[in-house]
Amino acid sequence: MTQAFPFSAIVGQHEMKQAMVLTAIDPMIGGVLVFGDRGTGKSTAVRALAGLLPQIETVEGCPINAAVPEECPHWADVSPTRLVKRPTPVVDLPLGATEDRVIGALDIERALTRGEKAFEPGLLARANRGYLYIDEVNLLEDHIVDLLLDVAQSGENVVEREGLSIRHAARFVLVGSGNPEEGELRPQLLDRFGLSVEVTSPADIKDRVEVIKRRDAYERNTSTFMKRWRAADTRLRNRILKAREALTSVQTSDEVLAACATLCATVGADGLRGELTLLKAARAQAAFEGEPEIGVSHLKAVGGLALRHRLRRDPLDEAGSTVRIERTMEEVL
Amino acid sequence: MTPPATPWDRAALALRLLAIDPYGLGGLWLRARHGPVRAAFAGALGHLPHPVHKIHPGLSDEALFGGTDLAATLAAGKLVKATGIANKPGILQLTMAERATPGFAARLNRLLDAGTHAILVLDEGAEPDEVPPPALTERLAMFATLDGVPVSAIARIKIPDVVPGAVCLPGEALDRLIIAAASLGIDSLRAPRFATRAACALAALDGREEVTDEDLQTAAAMVYAHRAIRFPQEAEEQQEQTAEPRQAEDQPPARQGDAIPEDVLVEVVQAALPPDVLANLAHARTSRAAKGSGGRGQVRKGNRRGRPLPSRPGRISSDNRPDLVATMRTAVPWQGLRPKPDHVRLAIRTSDIRLKRYEDKSDRLLIFAVDASGSAAMARMAEAKGAVEILLAEAYARRDHVALVAFRGKMAELLLPPTRSLVQTRKRLAALPGGGGTPLAAGLQAALELVLSAEKRGLSPTLVLLTDGRANIALDGSANRAAAAADATRMAQAFATRALPVLVLDTGTRKSAVLAKLSIALAGRYLPLPRPGAKAMSEAVASALEN
Repeated sequence: MTQAFPFSAIVGQHEMKQAMVLTAIDPMIGGVLVFGDRGTGKSTAVRALAGLLPQIETVEGCPINAAVPEECPHWADVSPTRLVKRPTPVVDLPLGATEDRVIGALDIERALTRGEKAFEPGLLARANRGYLYIDEVNLLEDHIVDLLLDVAQSGENVVEREGLSIRHAARFVLVGSGNPEEGELRPQLLDRFGLSVEVTSPADIKDRVEVIKRRDAYERNTSTFMKRWRAADTRLRNRILKAREALTSVQTSDEVLAACATLCATVGADGLRGELTLLKAARAQAAFEGEPEIGVSHLKAVGGLALRHRLRRDPLDEAGSTVRIERTMEEVL
Repeated sequence: MTPPATPWDRAALALRLLAIDPYGLGGLWLRARHGPVRAAFAGALGHLPHPVHKIHPGLSDEALFGGTDLAATLAAGKLVKATGIANKPGILQLTMAERATPGFAARLNRLLDAGTHAILVLDEGAEPDEVPPPALTERLAMFATLDGVPVSAIARIKIPDVVPGAVCLPGEALDRLIIAAASLGIDSLRAPRFATRAACALAALDGREEVTDEDLQTAAAMVYAHRAIRFPQEAEEQQEQTAEPRQAEDQPPARQGDAIPEDVLVEVVQAALPPDVLANLAHARTSRAAKGSGGRGQVRKGNRRGRPLPSRPGRISSDNRPDLVATMRTAVPWQGLRPKPDHVRLAIRTSDIRLKRYEDKSDRLLIFAVDASGSAAMARMAEAKGAVEILLAEAYARRDHVALVAFRGKMAELLLPPTRSLVQTRKRLAALPGGGGTPLAAGLQAALELVLSAEKRGLSPTLVLLTDGRANIALDGSANRAAAAADATRMAQAFATRALPVLVLDTGTRKSAVLAKLSIALAGRYLPLPRPGAKAMSEAVASALEN
């Protein structure tokens, strides 16, 4: 399958699509966590995102997708520093990937055959300026999780091993998906995702029929199907690009800041990361809607996304986090 | 084409469909032990029009995705690449699939999602909970089992030589397939997708352009039977139970199936698999435990993390790390003897390679065996449930799994199979039974069975026994105090031989000498906890585990 399923052709799943569009507008929001049952289109949406995103300009052959030749690391040995356009990288991090593959390691082949000390970049290098997708993130091994947390926070990958001492930029948007029935995610990692989405299969039979029909049309005749949806995808891409430009000029009033703080304090979200993410997501939402200023409606639109995974879990509370947040938003805003 | 009548026909039809549309259907999950029947089935694979590659769960990433051929590289003194199976489209035959790790399944899923491969999963699981990772089986359209099929049932499988044409499903047929899936409790949208592909392949098999009603029925029987969560009459029973508001919340209005008149498709699906197979599959679904990663249980040796151990010879793959210094130290004494070209300073052979080894800890499983007998049962069970949830909520960092066995009346019941999921715990512990006699021996027996299966999966079990009284029901179900006590002691001794950490929590108002003695027989710790609260209980367990 060379072409991913078009993003606009995904039926329903508005929240998941909204979350992905918001991170595409402002990567600083910091990642999306998608939790839901199997077969609800999680992987499809992430792979579709890759096709939707605008291309980035990088130094040709640079392992970390640097934007200018100066940023390309010396160990990469890129000599003709031509700039080329390439799709935004969306890198899969498979379960059970070793530390070496993730952060990079000594190039064993070159070390053994030629006696050279060379660095072989890992997945984090490839994901720089793009997306890192982890399917079944809740089953990921602890030591890899720790590693990712560290890099996601600092935006830099530091390799100190086997006589290598290398650091390179690794700024990426983390997209994780998983099934909560198979295990929970550690709160430390949970908190590191900017937005979280809970997906379920569409409730409506008509929607279900539409999903299958589109999927079938896509599989049977990919090129025709892509052509049919290209315009919609392009429109969305242009809207994202426009929103990116507008992002810096979106105004934030003190009332909105106060509303953010009150909301976070009332639902009891830990730390200040919740407030920051809420604000950033609301700003991206406002930019996407073409509004000059963040309003309460934008806060409402992203409140669930930004906060539901940050609540202190009360094991004896039966109501879900989403319900708690919605209730609080009704009261506070 | 009508639905297949026997298990062999079912498997044979699945293979024929796979031959027609392998990449659209994803593959076949075949549950069968080794034997002449499976061998006969596997023999037919050679006739498939697509290349078949055999793979096993231990396959390295190099073999799967390609990479450096190290032996050849070292021999040639220059980089030699090997192509992986991922670059060769075809049907993969995965043997011993029940041993595949979620990580391996994730890699295979990438191939399946890319639509370049189909997988024939040969599942040789003996126990109901030995199944391939659900993330993998979810992406395979069909399921068949050959267990219990007599040799006399073997018939030649004629592999068709057709390609699926431009068969199009009438719109109403698609609706029916989707509604049938919904009323069977199948939420995943992959299922109806597979069913449509299967229906088209069935039509192609008969050389027809149109999908008939029978094709639809057969497709539903092939694709839905093993995925069905519930059948309509069960659904009605469930509805009565879901009077509680919480459960209603868990089950969104997605279940429109209840309101829809029963389709013949649903009946066909129901008849497609023998009831015992369905029961086993249901068991496998519920007992699937997250096989995650390291915790603080028993020591296991590995190559990736933990405390370093001396390195040892081995072959480099992506799952392990070479110890460069040790490798060179091994190679150096031989340099005088080894012929080497001028540009090579150090001639290293494959036999010199030393791998790093580490020691690390496996996940721990906390088994709660809770006495649900007598008058105080409800309170005790509720507190135990609370303690389980608190421990689970705190267990992230500890990476513990939790299971709960309750015993009352004449028998013990596994209420919560090993899990790390709070969501699943809530669902399964929503209603707790209580009352009746105290079959302590039966409770210990159930816990012991759990211990054995957990150890097989590499977990390190710990037992927490919660009771306030003495055993009064023997293993055979008779109300005989003496026999009950003897049985309990016998089970306790069987436990003691496993040398597990055991904690006995006495929830009675007065200390019980019998329980203290039992805990000695169990080689465990005895802790009186007269007024157990969920919090106190979880703290007691946590502190006892720390020591």
